[in-house]
Amino acid sequence: MLHFAPILAIALMLGPILFGLAGSLAPAFGYLPALGGQDVTLEHFSRLVQIPGLTQSIWLSLSSGLITTLLSLILVVMLISAWSGTRFFAMVQVLISPLLSIPHAATAFGLAFLLAPSGWLVRFVSPHLSGWTRPPDWLFPNDPQGLALIAGLATKELPFLLLVTLAALPQVDALRNARVAQTLGYGPMASWIFAVWPRLYRQIRLPIFAVIAYASSVVDVALILGPTNPPTLAVQLVRWMSDPDLQLRFLASAGAMLQLCVTLCALGLWWLGEKLVAFVFILSVGSGRRFKKDILWRWISAGLVLAVILSLLLGLIGLLVWSFAGFWRFPESLPQAFTLKSWIKQIPMLADPLLNSIGIGVLAALIALVITTLCLEQETRAGHKAGRGALTLLYIPLIIPQVAFLFGLQLLFLLLGWEHSAFGLLLAHLVFVLPYVFLSLGDPWRHFDPRYGQVAASLGGTPWAFFFHIRLPLLLRPIMTAAAVGFAVSIGQYLATILIGGGRWETITTEAVALSSGGNRRIIGIYAIMQMLLPFLGFALAMALPAFLHRHRRDMRPNTH
Amino acid sequence: MLASLSGLTVSAFLMVTSSAVLADGHAELTSAKDWAKVTKAAKGQTVYWHAWGGGDRINDYIAWIGKQVQGQYGVTLKHVKVSDTANVVSQVIAEKAAGKDKGGSVDLVWINGENFASMKQKGLLMPKSWAPDLPNYQYADIKGKPTLTTDFTVPTDGLESPWGMAQLSFYYDSAVTKDLPKSAAELLDWAKKNPGRFAYPKPPDFIGSTFLKQIALELAPNAADLSKPVSEESYKPVADKLFAYLDELNPLLWRKGKAFPKNVTSLKTMLADSEIEIAFTFNPGSASSAIANNELPDSVRSFVFDKGTIGNSHFVAIPYNANAKAGAFVVANFLMSPQAQARKQDPNVWGDPTILNLASLNAKDKALFEALDLGVATLKPEDFGQALPEPHASWMERIEKDWTKRYGVQ
Repeated sequence: MLHFAPILAIALMLGPILFGLAGSLAPAFGYLPALGGQDVTLEHFSRLVQIPGLTQSIWLSLSSGLITTLLSLILVVMLISAWSGTRFFAMVQVLISPLLSIPHAATAFGLAFLLAPSGWLVRFVSPHLSGWTRPPDWLFPNDPQGLALIAGLATKELPFLLLVTLAALPQVDALRNARVAQTLGYGPMASWIFAVWPRLYRQIRLPIFAVIAYASSVVDVALILGPTNPPTLAVQLVRWMSDPDLQLRFLASAGAMLQLCVTLCALGLWWLGEKLVAFVFILSVGSGRRFKKDILWRWISAGLVLAVILSLLLGLIGLLVWSFAGFWRFPESLPQAFTLKSWIKQIPMLADPLLNSIGIGVLAALIALVITTLCLEQETRAGHKAGRGALTLLYIPLIIPQVAFLFGLQLLFLLLGWEHSAFGLLLAHLVFVLPYVFLSLGDPWRHFDPRYGQVAASLGGTPWAFFFHIRLPLLLRPIMTAAAVGFAVSIGQYLATILIGGGRWETITTEAVALSSGGNRRIIGIYAIMQMLLPFLGFALAMALPAFLHRHRRDMRPNTH
Repeated sequence: MLASLSGLTVSAFLMVTSSAVLADGHAELTSAKDWAKVTKAAKGQTVYWHAWGGGDRINDYIAWIGKQVQGQYGVTLKHVKVSDTANVVSQVIAEKAAGKDKGGSVDLVWINGENFASMKQKGLLMPKSWAPDLPNYQYADIKGKPTLTTDFTVPTDGLESPWGMAQLSFYYDSAVTKDLPKSAAELLDWAKKNPGRFAYPKPPDFIGSTFLKQIALELAPNAADLSKPVSEESYKPVADKLFAYLDELNPLLWRKGKAFPKNVTSLKTMLADSEIEIAFTFNPGSASSAIANNELPDSVRSFVFDKGTIGNSHFVAIPYNANAKAGAFVVANFLMSPQAQARKQDPNVWGDPTILNLASLNAKDKALFEALDLGVATLKPEDFGQALPEPHASWMERIEKDWTKRYGVQ
C-alpha cells in the first residue's frame, strides 16, 4: 500500500495541472473550437508581443518576484542571525506567527489604507503637523515602479519565510554551531551567517523558490498595490481572461505561457544569484575576518523587522477600525462614531462561507498530510532520497501560475461531470495544498536523525512501531505546522474555488474577493478579519499542541538553550 | 464479454429513453407562454443566479428576492456572487466546449451590454424570445424607455428580461465644491481650476468607458454616427475630438493621469477620502444610499450635464443550457413585479430606478412608488434631463483600444 502513495501524490498534483496546461496551451496556439479556433497558429503570440507596455509588465513581474524574495530573505537572515535566542526574538516570534495567517489580499488592503495619501499615516499627522486638509496627490501605492507592490509582498512574505526557517532550525543544531563559531572569535551575526546559514539555507530553498514564483505571478496583491499603467503581467492576463471580448482568451492563453516563462526566468536568475553569493561567501570566510562589530547591523535588523510587523499590525487594526466605523472622513484619525451596523448586517451571511471554508480546508489538509506522510515514510524505508526529478515534480504546482492551467482544469472536470462537486473542489485544492504540505514537512522529515531508527530497530521495534511511537511524536511540531500551512493554503484559494466550485461553494475568500470589488472598506475589514481568523486558529493549534504535549521534554521544544 | 454487451444495450436503451424524456421536458420549458405550467414546473426547483456580488446592499436585496420567490412560488434562489460577469460568460463557454448542453450550472445571469452581445452572438443564451411572455412584462415601460429593448444598440429580441434602469449622474460634496461643470467643456475648465480633483476609472472598466462615451457623444460633430457601427470615415472626426480633449484633461486628473481608479466604487471611496471632488455613477440612488450607510457626508448632492447623460438598462438572461428554466422564468418575472421594483428603487434598499411604466399600474401598486423617499442626493426623475443612447458596441472597441495605446502605458 505504501508503494502507491508516491504515485497517488503525483497523480493528484500533476494530473490536473497537465490537463489544465494542455487546455491552456491549445488556445495559445489558436486551437479552441468552442470559440471558433480551429487552426494551429502563432498569430496570438505575435499579437501578444505587440501589446503596448508588455516589456514593462514583464519587467515588473520579474522584479517584484526577485526583489521581494531578496528583501524578505535578507531580513530573515539578519533577524535570526542577530537575535536568535533573545527575548526580543521570542517576542517577534509571538507577534509574527499570527501575521502569517493573514491572507495576502487582506494584508494588501490594510497596507494600502495605511500608506495611501489619504491613509492612516497621513491622517495621523494631518492637518496639524503636515498642514494638509486634503490628501496630497502622490502616486503611491500603485506607483509605476512597483515599489508599493514589492514592499507589500516583502512584508507579507517575511512571516512565511521566518516560520519556515524556524521550523527547519531544530534540524541543523543551530545554536551549538553558532556558539562554536563565536568561541572562534566571530561576531554574533557572523557566527550564524558562516556557521549556520549555509545549511539552513539548503533547508528553506524550496519555500524560497515558491515565494519567487508566487511573487512573480500574484494577482490579488498586484491589483491592490501594484502599478496600473501598465500592470504586472499576471494582472494583465486575468484582465484579458475576463474581458467580454472572447477573442482575448486566445491572447490570454498565449500570455499564460509567457507568464510561465517569466516565472521560470526569475527562478533561473535567482539560481545564478545563489552561485554569486556562494562565491562571495567563500571569499569572506577565507579572508578570516571576524566581523566582530555588528551592533549597528543588529539594531538595523531589529528596526526593520519591527517596522514590518508594525505596518502589518497597523494595517490590520485599520481594517478592524473600519469594520466598526461610522462616518469617517479625511483627515480625521478616527471615525466620528463607532457602530456595529456593518457586523450586524454581515454576521448572518458569514455562516455558510465559514462552514464551507473550514470543511474543505480541514479535509484537504488531512488528506494531504496522510498522503505526504505515507510518501515520506515510503521514501525513508526504501532507503533512497527522492531524486532531483521527484523534487522538480513537486515544484510544478507552485511554479506554474494558476491562471495558466485553471481554465483547462475546469474543462476536465466538466468532461468528467465533477463540476461543482465537493469532490472536484477538494481535488483542485489538493493540487495546491499537497505541495505546500510536502514542502513544509519534507525537509524536517528527511533531516530526522536516522540513528533513532537504527536504535529502535536494534531494540527489535517494527518499522510501524517506530513510525507511530518515535517518528511521529518527534516530528509532531513540523507535522502540525505542515497541516496548518495546508489549511491556510486551502482557505486562501480564490481562483480554484470560484472556477471549479462554479461559485456554488462560497468560502470566506470568494466572498471577500467578490465584496472587495465593491471597495467598501467596512465590509472588506469584516471579511479580512474572518479570513485571518481561520488560518490563525490552525497555526495556533500547530504551535500549542506540540508545546503542550512536549511540555516536560525540554529537548523537543524549539529554541532550547 | 456477453455480460458487458448486455450492459451496453441496457445503458443505450436508458440513454434513448432518458433523452426522450428530457426532450419532452424541454419542449414545455423553452417558452413562458403557459404561465400556469411554468409555475408548476418551477415549484421545488433551485435557481442558481449568477450576479455581481460586490455590493452588500444589492446582495441583501437579492436575498430578499430569494425569500419572496420561495414563499410565493416554492423556488429556491441561490445567489452565486461573481466579481465580473465576464467570468460567467467563460463558464458557459467552458460548458459548451465540454458538450454540457443540458443541466448547466448557470440558470440566470445579471447582464447587459457587451456581455449580452457576446453571449447572444455565440449562441450561449436560450435561443427563443421568452421575456415578453412573462406576465409582468406588460407593465414594463417599453415605449417610454427604448433601452429596455435595445441593449447598447443590440436588439434584446426577448432573450433578456429587463430588471433596472441606469443613467450617468455626477455627485459632489456641496460643503466643499461650489461651482459645477455642466458639460464636457466646462468639466475641462473646472479641472484646470482644480487640478488633481477629478478622475475616471481606467477603461475598459464599465464606468470608465461610459465616461469616454459621454465625452465622445458630446463632442462628436454628428452624434447620430455613434448609433451605427463604426466605419473608417465616421471614426476619425469623433476620435480626433475625443483624444484632443483627453490630451488636455488627463494631466489635470488625480495623480496627473498616471494612475487610474479601478471602478465606480473606487470613485466613491476617493470622494469620501477627499481625494477627488467630483465622482460619478450609473446608479442614481448610490449617493443617497452611501449617505445612509455612513460612507459619504450628508452634504453630498447629484447633478447631470445640461445636454443629457448616457442611460441604459440592465437585464437578466437565461443560458441555453440552464438547468432550472421554469424557475428562472419565475424569478425574472418576479424581478419585474411592482413589489420588487418599488423595493429596488428605495434608496435605503438599493435606489435603482424602475423599469415600469407607473401609469400602467393599479392604484395600490402606484402608491408603493409614491411612498418612496428618494433621498437628498438623488435626482428626481424630471431633473435627470435627456438620457443619451449608448453608442454601438463597435465604437467602444476602437476607442478603448486607442485609449490604451495612448494612455494605458506610461
